[in-house]
Amino acid sequence: MFGYIVRRLMTAFLVVVLVSMVTFTLFFKGPSDPASALCEETGGRCTAAELNSIREQMGLNDGLVVNYSRFVKGLFVDREMYYQGEQMCEAPCFGISYGSRQPVTPQFVEKWPATVSLAVGAVLLYVIIGMTLGSLAARFRGSFFDRAVVGVATVITAVPYYVLALVAWIVLVLQLSIFPETGYHPFTDSPVLWASGLLLPWVVLAFAYAPANMRYMRGYMVESLGEDYIRTARAKGMSQQGVVFKHGLRAAIVPMTTIVGLEFAVLLAGTVFTEFLFEIDGIGWWSINSLGNPIDFPVLNITGTAAAVLIVLGNLIVDLLYAVLDPRVRLA
Amino acid sequence: MFELSETPGDGQMSKAPGDNAFLSVRDLKVHFSTSDGIVKATDGLTFELERGKTLGIVGESGSGKSVSSSAIMGLHRGTNAILGGEILLEGVDLLKVSDEEMRKRRGREVAMIFQDPLSAMHPYYTVGNQIMEAYQVHNDVTKREARKRAIEMLDRVGIPQPDRRVDDYPHQFSGGMRQRAMIAMGLINNPSLLIADEPTTALDVTVQAQILDLLQDLQRDFDAAVIIITHDLGVVAEMADDVLVMYAGRAVEYGPCKEILTHPQMPYTWGLLSSVPDLTASTEAKLLPIRGNPPSLLNPLPGCAFEPRCDHVAKVGGDLCRTTLPDLTPATSGGNHTKRCHIKNADEVYEAEILPEIAPDLVED
Ligand SMILES: Nc1ncnc2c1ncn2[C@@H]1O[C@H](COP(=O)(O)OP(=O)(O)O)[C@@H](O)[C@H]1O
Ligand code: SF4
Ligand SMILES: [Mg+2]
Repeated sequence: MFGYIVRRLMTAFLVVVLVSMVTFTLFFKGPSDPASALCEETGGRCTAAELNSIREQMGLNDGLVVNYSRFVKGLFVDREMYYQGEQMCEAPCFGISYGSRQPVTPQFVEKWPATVSLAVGAVLLYVIIGMTLGSLAARFRGSFFDRAVVGVATVITAVPYYVLALVAWIVLVLQLSIFPETGYHPFTDSPVLWASGLLLPWVVLAFAYAPANMRYMRGYMVESLGEDYIRTARAKGMSQQGVVFKHGLRAAIVPMTTIVGLEFAVLLAGTVFTEFLFEIDGIGWWSINSLGNPIDFPVLNITGTAAAVLIVLGNLIVDLLYAVLDPRVRLA
Repeated sequence: MFELSETPGDGQMSKAPGDNAFLSVRDLKVHFSTSDGIVKATDGLTFELERGKTLGIVGESGSGKSVSSSAIMGLHRGTNAILGGEILLEGVDLLKVSDEEMRKRRGREVAMIFQDPLSAMHPYYTVGNQIMEAYQVHNDVTKREARKRAIEMLDRVGIPQPDRRVDDYPHQFSGGMRQRAMIAMGLINNPSLLIADEPTTALDVTVQAQILDLLQDLQRDFDAAVIIITHDLGVVAEMADDVLVMYAGRAVEYGPCKEILTHPQMPYTWGLLSSVPDLTASTEAKLLPIRGNPPSLLNPLPGCAFEPRCDHVAKVGGDLCRTTLPDLTPATSGGNHTKRCHIKNADEVYEAEILPEIAPDLVED
């Protein structure tokens, strides 16, 4: 078990390193040139000499390998960076944003709680709704309730997410003003503001994710309710509720953990459109804003690395959970 | 596995048919309404059973054995099955009691063990947990008491170190141990009727005999009535007092075990006997599987369901076999032996044609 975790962590680490190398290479070999953008911005006229001095300052003349090793070193020790003057970038340093001209790591730390708040609330909401409706639909399979739930889910799934979110925003916020103004306020400042600002994005995300969740849950429940051990449970004289919600549910929970765990990891890495639309100053919005001209590479680098770490760790945690939940699984 | 008696007619039913049998199943029908039509899985089944006695139900796969026994457990409630007839357990019609009443009887008065103990147990709960649950459903006891009782039962069915194995998961048990644990679960509430649906089919041959011994042993201790479902006549010979041969959802031969095995009067039973490998030690005995396949239960033939596969149609006049369903009538040897076949002199046909094939040694004697 311990050996398994160590091995998995090592693989995870390698994957993250690989992702960061590829990101770095793509930026360096790509068309986006932060130096020339900066050069034009400052003086209006950009001479070749000026451009070269900026490139020299930023270290862009030193090539990919040198830059990457500087980056890696910066992850462990504080680093001087030159970007329109000298700045100290504390370890772990992911660079200085071309936009805000500030080191990105503290900004990430500042923005991430918004994304986490958004993800946690949304997951809790849609997991409760989706799994409840899904298991009830399976329990009353073929009934009017079942068909209604599946029908509504199908319709919602057919609507693209951005349409759903936009309509919710226009109708509920702009026209009817039912929901309080959205935005992120730290929980520690005011739990009420925190919750009210996130309420609509939670509901919208839950609305978008619950149908698929419901369908998975219903499918796994229908499957487990058809198993022989369900017949055994009935033959013992257990009540129908006990049979369905103890034996049936227990088996369906296991594959659901995998699905929800991975979805959660992805949500934690940033919900681009939701954050943008509802003005939640989180990772998703930040990373999409970094895609201007020039591409704000340090921002993209830290958000991309975070996403890779989350997904790789999410996978590991889900697999460990599986082994905890299914006694037949032995990790080796 | 059993001896063939040479004196006919000495078998007696465990009890003469009457109104006050312990279990009395009358004209039981289990039909399924499907998109293709009505599947008549069980059609007019009648039998009786006393406490302490064992009924063997034999037949090929798909003949309606499991469906019929599930009906006694009330397991068709809440499905698309249409049930008819009566299932009288100590005079109470189980088909008429409320769902809640049936639930209370399930696992307490009537218990069932299934063919594949691996799939019949929940993979995520410990064996002990699942046995305890069977006890706690019907008894208001603490967890500790239930656990103690579960360990007792595991010990009783021959699980070594039951106080440790009680915390194992089903996958940590061997196939035979799992079936023992299922038996422990079935008997934990001391049921008066135990239905064992092919309890040894999924097990190794070496383990099969142990499980059958255990069942016999426990039946004596618990004084339960047992219905053992099998397609193996060897199992029937070892376990059963009475035998019911099923074909296409109907009883085709029914009577005391010894009588059915020594003087079968229905070609399907003959076929089953011919396909048993260890009937006698004779090397000359022929092993003949029954040709053809079981019929569709969707569109039953008007005549005898076995007619397309029967080698003895010529012994019946005209096309009676094809047009008219034979009734279940008393066999020529009398007793409580009944059979569903148009052949008049079935006993003579058996002696002359069938017996020499399956047990040549006996004929020479
Ligand atoms: N729920 C159901 N719907 C339709 N047909 C069924 C259903 N359950 C069982 N059957 C049919 O009933 C017949 C008898 O099945 P079963 O009692 O399991 O046979 P056996 O136990 O003798 O092998 C089979 O042909 C099977 O296909
Ligand atoms: S009734 Fe006819 S077809 Fe049916 S078993 Fe008897 S002889 Fe064969
Ligand atoms: Mg069966």
